[in-house]
Amino acid sequence: MMLGDPQADRAVPPTGFTATLTTFAAGAMAFLAVFALALALATDRLADRWAAELARTSTLRISAPATELPAQTAQALRVLDTTPGVASSRAVTADEARALLEPWFGPDLPLENLPVPQLIEIVEDADGYDATGLRARLQAEVPGAVLDDHTRWRAPLVQAAGRLRTLGVVALVLIFGATGAMITLAAQAALAANAQVIRVLRLVGATDAYIARAFVRRFTLRALSGAAVGALAGMVAIGFLPSADAAGGFLTGLGFQGAGWLWPLIVPPMAALVAYVATRIAAGRMLQEQS
Amino acid sequence: MIDLQNVGYNYGGGELFTDVSLTLAPGTFHFLTGPSGSGKTTLMKLCYGELQATTGRVAMFGADAKGLGRDGVALARRRIGVVHQDCQFLDHLAVSDNILLPLTVAGRTADGADNLVDLLTWVGLAGQAGQRPPELSGGERQRAALARAVIMSPEVILADEPTGNVDWEMSQRLLTLLVELNKMGKAVLIATHDMNLIRAAKAQVQARVLRLQGGRLRAAGADL
Repeated sequence: MMLGDPQADRAVPPTGFTATLTTFAAGAMAFLAVFALALALATDRLADRWAAELARTSTLRISAPATELPAQTAQALRVLDTTPGVASSRAVTADEARALLEPWFGPDLPLENLPVPQLIEIVEDADGYDATGLRARLQAEVPGAVLDDHTRWRAPLVQAAGRLRTLGVVALVLIFGATGAMITLAAQAALAANAQVIRVLRLVGATDAYIARAFVRRFTLRALSGAAVGALAGMVAIGFLPSADAAGGFLTGLGFQGAGWLWPLIVPPMAALVAYVATRIAAGRMLQEQS
Repeated sequence: MIDLQNVGYNYGGGELFTDVSLTLAPGTFHFLTGPSGSGKTTLMKLCYGELQATTGRVAMFGADAKGLGRDGVALARRRIGVVHQDCQFLDHLAVSDNILLPLTVAGRTADGADNLVDLLTWVGLAGQAGQRPPELSGGERQRAALARAVIMSPEVILADEPTGNVDWEMSQRLLTLLVELNKMGKAVLIATHDMNLIRAAKAQVQARVLRLQGGRLRAAGADL
């Protein structure tokens, strides 16, 4: 189809507002599709990260007077060492605690003068531990300890990330749907504007398939070229977004990583495919109506 | 080849003509006359399948036109050369490309390249091959339309007022071309008001003159 019949292709006048409309619509939609794709991939990564990182870790918080804190911490680590399902546990150092609080209190925080609780990071093994049993043991042996297995806030976060991922996919579907609708309208307008061309082609013995092919090929190539430019512009724009870093939020992670940069390359062929199907349907319907 | 049996056509506002029978056999030459609005163009359109008869039967090369479908009619048209009064070209293409168009849609472009130069010379348009149709005069357009109509070597040639926009000298030239085609065995049907053209043709070829008037098709009087 892409190679086609250049002679047949020439039967359709090369200019007209529908040519610009199709190319522009495909370009604009491809630009948006690249952003929607980036959103979908970013939310996908986010959901995976939240699910993976939070699912296997827990935090034990020990609040006690400064004099009792080291003993309770040591006792808690002993309890954890003997708890089935706990792969490892370690007390968060003062420097790590300072780094955690730095975004809110700034550097040079006098941590030793503040009643900051001691945190213990727990990593579960594949089977996981019995949270209820561990809580009961800790209550008996480490009175100042509070176990947070992240269940309470992990679930809504993962759910939110999943919904964002769905939104990204829905946005992609809507964009391609809208592209199809626009190209259908443009194709119908082109067919209506070229009624004389169709009349002459029919007069000299052109079949419906031949006439439709000439229009379909033209519109598919226009959509492909417009979408290629739009997708390239979208990739450049994504490339100029701030890169993800430790201090960055979700938006700074909106982009493609590694082989992910190949994903936008499917947008132009997809736009061409949508244009092909949309124009074929529109041409078939119009030719039937005009007969 | 084209056979109309007891054909009638109703355009919605009334019966244009009824009970028309006409056979375009190989080597026949027909003129179709009649007053404006009598249905000459409609009758021509029935012959090449652009319109469908309200009553009666139109057979194109042995097949009922109603049963052919759009693609079947399109394929039948490749065996019919049509010259319209308004010529109907693709204005964005050169004259040569317009003449080659029937071969192009039939996927036989290569077949026409050799014939094109001879054909352009035959119709006297060798110097205008690269021009666009709007750049041609009325007579040149008519000759280009005739060249397009015959490039596929059709079995039937239908010409609707082919000399309507040209002077006497040019109409004689076009007539000569059509008579030459008829002598090659093509069936020719010409719709025209031009009685002088008919008389000139009858001097060169055995032509049957039909008159469509009052919704009926009859043989014209002996004066023609």
